Amino acid sequence: MDMKDGVTAPMRIRADLAICEHCDSVHRRGALAPGEAADCRVCGATLYRRSRLDVDAMLALTLAALIVFVLANAAPIVTMQSGGVTTRGWLMTIVASAWDHGVGPVAAIAAGTVFLFPLAQLALYLFVLLAVKLPARPRGFVAAMHGLRWLRPWSMVEVFLIGILVSIIKMSSLARVTAEAGLWGFGVLTILLTALSTFELRELWDAHDA
Amino acid sequence: MPDDSLIPRGAALGLTGCEACGLVVEHAAADAPCPRCGSRLHARKPDSLTRSWAYLVAAFILYLPANLLPVLHSSKLFKEWSDTIMSGVVSLWNDGSYDLAIVVFTASVVVPLLKMGALALLLVQVQRGSAHLPRERTRLYRILEFIGHWSMLDVFAVALLIALVHFGSLANAEPGAGIVAFGAVVVLTMLATMSFDPRLIWDATRIPARRATDRHPT
Repeated sequence: MDMKDGVTAPMRIRADLAICEHCDSVHRRGALAPGEAADCRVCGATLYRRSRLDVDAMLALTLAALIVFVLANAAPIVTMQSGGVTTRGWLMTIVASAWDHGVGPVAAIAAGTVFLFPLAQLALYLFVLLAVKLPARPRGFVAAMHGLRWLRPWSMVEVFLIGILVSIIKMSSLARVTAEAGLWGFGVLTILLTALSTFELRELWDAHDA
Repeated sequence: MPDDSLIPRGAALGLTGCEACGLVVEHAAADAPCPRCGSRLHARKPDSLTRSWAYLVAAFILYLPANLLPVLHSSKLFKEWSDTIMSGVVSLWNDGSYDLAIVVFTASVVVPLLKMGALALLLVQVQRGSAHLPRERTRLYRILEFIGHWSMLDVFAVALLIALVHFGSLANAEPGAGIVAFGAVVVLTMLATMSFDPRLIWDATRIPARRATDRHPT
């Protein structure tokens, strides 16, 4: 192959190769067993992987996560008892109170990273995983995949969970604070979202090519 | 086992990896859409250094109000006080919650500072054309990507505090401007990390790879 004629030669897909996104090294693709990952020999980044979970398992996880998402938002996260007054806190009351107290950006961050983005992530996962099972790629598949890639770093349920735990312990010296079902819900949701994120999106792109 | 330093780079072979879907495309024109996912193909993220520096400088500037301004004004009966992030850590420590003080100190003070410092180091090294320890610097970048959002912890903690304490009868808690600045620092450092292209680290080390392209059978 002549490498000097890159300008005039036609564009060509090289499905036999993988390029490291962190150091641009070129590798030949090989077959992987479930649970295996191919790492870049030059910089150590993961080139591509094959998840232990198949698409059906992913679908089951996504549906479970959607149910848990509803429960986590419907049930209060904590209750606080102080001076005969009991206060319950839901995710939405946290967002609303941040908004009412003049810190709109905090309300927006909490609403986005703990509610909207994880919900959008789950909805897109559901769509994309069902789409992969179809013989042809349906309309909107590409946009949904881009959406998932964009959403991934901005979904912060696990950080929210630890933040709430820190806050509960902080307040325990002032009042009686108890964790409620919603907190457990967010705990389970964290586990399910983490399991879902072990599935590389690139694997889904490749699934449709095969 | 072949010498790893002889593995060629895509840029040298006229191969481009799509940043969005990972497809490898040969002879792609600059900014051509990826045949699989439609993203623009480019050998390196466009204006990576400029954009990364812009976000990073903005984050550095906001880091000052984030730490100097109070994140929480509290009152209980006739006592009023304001907490900055650091004074919150100190009071946790004094209350005897050492583990919690360490968690909050790490997530809110150490991680943002280390992140900004490390990213600045990566940017400066790339601009100086350093070929020093590329593997370690790439690993550092991966760590930055991984820990980025954990600093949002204090924002959530303060948000819950405000929501619960306000409705209680004895005490009151109002958010301070520091928490907004702090949230902005976390978002800006995340954007700065995403804008950085780790492949730039390896461009300064391309001499052995150039040689490798002559020998590598394709």
